Amino acid sequence: MNRTLAFLPLLIAVVFGGFFLWGLNPDRDPNEVPSVLISQPAPEFGLEPIVGVDTPGLSRSDLVGTETAVVVNVFASWCVPCRAEHAVLTSLAERDGIRLFGINYKDKPDDAARWLAELGNPYARIGSDVSGRVGIEWGISGVPETFIVGTDGTVLYRYVGPVVGEVAVGKFREALVQAGALPREDL
Amino acid sequence: MLRLIVFLLSMVIPMAALAVEPDEILNDPVMEARAREVSKGLRCVVCLNQDIDSSNAGVARDLRLLVRERIVAGDSNDEALAFIQARYGDYVLLKPPLNARTYVLWLAPPAMLLLALSVGLVTLLRRRKKPVPQALSEAEEHEIKQFIENQKVGESK
Repeated sequence: MNRTLAFLPLLIAVVFGGFFLWGLNPDRDPNEVPSVLISQPAPEFGLEPIVGVDTPGLSRSDLVGTETAVVVNVFASWCVPCRAEHAVLTSLAERDGIRLFGINYKDKPDDAARWLAELGNPYARIGSDVSGRVGIEWGISGVPETFIVGTDGTVLYRYVGPVVGEVAVGKFREALVQAGALPREDL
Repeated sequence: MLRLIVFLLSMVIPMAALAVEPDEILNDPVMEARAREVSKGLRCVVCLNQDIDSSNAGVARDLRLLVRERIVAGDSNDEALAFIQARYGDYVLLKPPLNARTYVLWLAPPAMLLLALSVGLVTLLRRRKKPVPQALSEAEEHEIKQFIENQKVGESK
């Protein structure tokens, strides 16, 4: 009995050490809000196009029955990181042929139109979410956020923040490969 | 002195102010009170450890408006909470629900308290036990007798 008790401090140290190891893991982001949408059907929504922009609007029915997985990007003209991310998304849409949809979050139509005219418009469809209500349906905490939606309208992946930099782009492309939207050799 | 206290108090009061803006507040005070009650349990998903009533983040404002929208639409407090929980997950609730994923969280503190109390109790009880006096063996009695006799012999010399 006493002999086994002697190992108790060691056991406690191991348990606590395990917790510390988990907590100190640099890949763990304690601010990350886990999404409930992953593996769930995309939320029900229907958005009008941006006034003054030719791109058609976006609703849930556009996400169902697509040929390959699509990317849904939540952006706004007032969002500085979105500007940085824009080049990455454009390259995905134009070079890799990814189908890119946009949700223009809490933006004035004029500002959004000017922003798209200045930077270019890689989006196949853009829904204008002036009130931010659809953003809540998607469970977003801010802009930009980018989702990958499967052919049956199931949300496969969510990226919070701008997809900028080697690590983020690498992660996102890996997710696209897994969703079947990119061939493995394009990684 | 009184002046100082009044001054200090007046400096502290703004800290308790909520971020709820006038245009959000419902006309019906009962419904507004219920909205506040619901808001208290909702986490702002941007600033994480604030409830949505005390957060100035845009999403927090949207959620406040949404809570009021649901309450006006006839939802009960729990239904309004569930509506937002369905979109943002358990994470949005400041009080984590008891389910299979949170058993450790809820049960570990009382379990650890019980363990600590029982270990403490056992230790205390063990210490209180007095050592039982044992009778001397025959050989010991004999030894003592000899010792005493030797002493006596020594004294008489």
